[in-house]
Amino acid sequence: MQPSSASSSLGSRFILRALVQSLLKLSPRVQWRNPVMFVVYIGSLLTSVLLLLPQAEQSAMPIGFTWAITLWLWFTLLFANFSEALAEGRSQAQAASLKNARKNISAKKLASASRHAALTLVDSLSLRRGDLVLVEAGDSIPSDGEVIEGIAAVNEAAITGESAPVIREAGGDFSAVTGGTQVLSDWIIMRVSANAGETFLDRMIAMVEGAKRQKTPNEMALTILLVALTLIFLLVTASLLPFSIFSVQAAGAGAPVSILVLVALLVCLIPTTIAGLLSAIGVAGMNRMMQANVIATSGRAVEAAGDVDVLLLDKTGTITLGNRQASAFFAAEGVDLATLADVAQLSSLADETPEGRSIVVFAKNEYGLRERSMKKLGAVFVPFSAQTRMSGIDIGERKIRKGAASAIRAWVESQGGAFSAQMAASIDDIARRGSTPLVVADDAKVMGVIELKDIVKGGIKERFAALREMGIKTIMITGDNRLTAAAIAAEAGVDDYLAEATPEAKLALIRQYQAQGRLVAMTGDGSNDAPALAQADVAVAMNTGTQAAKEASNMVDLDSNPTKLIEIVEIGKQMLMTRGALTTFSIANDIAKFFAIIPAAFVSTYPQLGVLNVMQLSSPNAAILSAVIFNALVIVVLIPLALDGVTYRAMGAAALLRRNLLVYGLGGIIAPFVGIKLIDMFLQLLGLV
Amino acid sequence: MLAIFLIPAALCYTFGLMLGDRRQGWAIFAAMGILFVLMASVVISAEQAGTPLLASAGLDQTASPLQAGGNMEGKETRFGIVNSALFATVTTAASCGAVNAMHDSLTPIGGLVPMWLMQLGEVVFGGVGSGLYGMLVYAIIAVFVAGLMIGRTPEYLGKKIEILEMKMSALILLVTPMLVLLGTAVAVLLSAGVAGIANPGAHGYSEILYAFSSAANNNGSAFAGLSANTPFYNTMLAVAMWLGRFAIIIPVLAIAGSLAAKKRIAAHAGTLPTHGPLFVTLLIGAVVLVGALTFVPALALGPVVEHITAQQVDTEHVTAQQVDTRQVAAPAPSTAQ
Repeated sequence: MQPSSASSSLGSRFILRALVQSLLKLSPRVQWRNPVMFVVYIGSLLTSVLLLLPQAEQSAMPIGFTWAITLWLWFTLLFANFSEALAEGRSQAQAASLKNARKNISAKKLASASRHAALTLVDSLSLRRGDLVLVEAGDSIPSDGEVIEGIAAVNEAAITGESAPVIREAGGDFSAVTGGTQVLSDWIIMRVSANAGETFLDRMIAMVEGAKRQKTPNEMALTILLVALTLIFLLVTASLLPFSIFSVQAAGAGAPVSILVLVALLVCLIPTTIAGLLSAIGVAGMNRMMQANVIATSGRAVEAAGDVDVLLLDKTGTITLGNRQASAFFAAEGVDLATLADVAQLSSLADETPEGRSIVVFAKNEYGLRERSMKKLGAVFVPFSAQTRMSGIDIGERKIRKGAASAIRAWVESQGGAFSAQMAASIDDIARRGSTPLVVADDAKVMGVIELKDIVKGGIKERFAALREMGIKTIMITGDNRLTAAAIAAEAGVDDYLAEATPEAKLALIRQYQAQGRLVAMTGDGSNDAPALAQADVAVAMNTGTQAAKEASNMVDLDSNPTKLIEIVEIGKQMLMTRGALTTFSIANDIAKFFAIIPAAFVSTYPQLGVLNVMQLSSPNAAILSAVIFNALVIVVLIPLALDGVTYRAMGAAALLRRNLLVYGLGGIIAPFVGIKLIDMFLQLLGLV
Repeated sequence: MLAIFLIPAALCYTFGLMLGDRRQGWAIFAAMGILFVLMASVVISAEQAGTPLLASAGLDQTASPLQAGGNMEGKETRFGIVNSALFATVTTAASCGAVNAMHDSLTPIGGLVPMWLMQLGEVVFGGVGSGLYGMLVYAIIAVFVAGLMIGRTPEYLGKKIEILEMKMSALILLVTPMLVLLGTAVAVLLSAGVAGIANPGAHGYSEILYAFSSAANNNGSAFAGLSANTPFYNTMLAVAMWLGRFAIIIPVLAIAGSLAAKKRIAAHAGTLPTHGPLFVTLLIGAVVLVGALTFVPALALGPVVEHITAQQVDTEHVTAQQVDTRQVAAPAPSTAQ
């Protein structure tokens, strides 16, 4: 995922390759996949055959005109191929950089899960699921897997493009390692979780190359509409031949319309603009996901992202900054603040959690307490456990604990201490503010409360407002109690929240929304998120997350940034919008083409039809040629739009539609009048017609 | 005329009632109503303006206390211009086919409009039931493109429009052009078809086009000039009439079945509203654009040529005998009215 991919697409070598590709794509097997362009293909072949026939067999058309039309029909095809090749080229550049990471390496296969077990060197391609491998500093990780022993700094730049090393260790949510990344220090023993050829990297490469790119449901529905329009226009142009023959007899003037002109008319009328760019739009959508450092496992997932109407967002990391921070101390009666600060600091000295660190920092900044050494105090660290729900230190007989109110209360009361009403009140106060109260006790005496405050990310409220405008409902998921959750939900401006969320509750919530016919997106990283991720319509796993979470998802965010979900939705919408906008543009274009070609084709029979030549084109042949040239060139002009997508702004459906109808509908009606006239003037200037 | 429209127009309201959202019904009604008023005014003004052909023959077509003025050829004096033109529009907008004036004698533009209303698939109120479902198919097409433009999988009335719906809608869109354009093409190529033409030139072609448009959508009446009671036309028009109905009904039923089986999605801010003026405009746009793109070339060779020819008669002061190839005599008897 080199960020340079966008700029490299402008490289001349890159364009050259796309040009060669667009010639190769003229093979009928490729063309057949796009029914609309296949009609152009047949038409081009037909006019080429006309060129080969002896002059007498042809209609009265000048040979130069036949040549020009034929050439421009072939150009129409080439331009469409070029757009696709250009989009694919971008992907291939990304795939190439990924492939570098996949080179075969020898892996140190272990007989058992011990550093000192018998070791055999094997090829990474022969590794199977369940194999144990030792990876030491400097080695590349041979396959996807889970760390079962050890801790190491890993450089995942090959996958994420992020050069800062990450820590991978056994147990917990940071145990997953990806093949192709490199261990920088220490060692790990990993259990391989994917057979060769099925690893995350392999899937990514296959995706990026788009070799087996399947049409998404929406793309198929659109193709059906485009094919129907093509068939209608086929009927329209085919029936014009008998109509013309009859008219010539009836009027006794002119000659029946030629096959060449009918083919030109057909190609101009069928929606070549959107059909030619359709494939490029799909590939470009995936590319944009990749530029956002998100790997989608299918184009279908990208499309579904545009349809999402409920977002489940984890509070921590998405809505608030990763960690809560100590923001105030509230002492119990008879305890002064300095004493509380002292005890609070002692309780957190050995606590390496970010919350614990923040208490030490807060005590230092606000109360001037310097950090003390655990060794000098002769203190023993008592880590947090799920049973006690407290942590702290023991200094000899003295036991200092901090933890959730209910846990400390039980602990204090079990030792004969009391939990005052004033304490309970300030705990409720803190909770109501959306902060987390952490009670500190010194043996049986409650010393006071530490307020841990969630810091809501800057600008997040505006983003939620924008999402609401788009009709997307945001739901905050948190393990906090209802009171805390409600306060943060109000501060962040989400539409709803799920407090005290368990994996089951998340799953139930997703099912409930899906039953209402809504599409749900969520992010997750832990293994306990996996069931909910599997149920969600769009599931984005963090790259730092566990293998289970990644397997259950249909997208992986390499930056592990939960806010990315919002961007993903926008990219999905943008892809659909680009298709819709170009379809409208393509169909709207036909009006001008009628005005160019109909008078030109029949003016010899009915000179009266000359009044329909509103563009005042110089001659019938010039009019037809100009329309064909416009039709081909408009594909080239719109390639940047297809690749970059139409600009997306968060606004209501009606406002968005009005804007796009104006730009692409009305614009689509007017643009060809101007374009065809300009091409006609240019042709005249060159003296070609 | 009121009776012709009563049931098909009321069905729009029924539709809204059945959905539990009358605004949806009114939107459909508005789209049909606007199209109808526009079309009727075109016919009325074209007929009232009269034709340069009659003027060059020395007829006074100006409205005065003594006469209605305009093109009174083929019209009864008791109905006059407005009632005749309105009836022509109503009968072809709805699936009626009864006439109170000779459509063959309408001005070229006055004749173009009834022909086009039929070619649209009779969706401006249309037949009882068939007008509504025809319009709903256009609504599906409109919503599909509009849905894409706002970046969502399209949905109509809370139901997602997916591959099956698009396939069936595409089939329906194809039926009318196939029957009308191919039928006319066959007729103008075969001597059996050309033989039925009463008037030479572009108008003869218009007569055949009108016959197939009517058979596939309306009651199968021809522009009166065409002698349609021949084995050729009876067979061709019967086939058009049969397919023009059942080839549409079957895919419509398929859409209905598929939509009924789908979960209904609650509307929210991101949903495209299908009841406001924007949707009405969109729906009219879809009908006009698809209808125009499909039939403009065919119409250009018929009524449009006739119209421009007639106008040029006026400007060039050519004598009537030289250009007027149409029989200004009494209208031929209607064949299938």
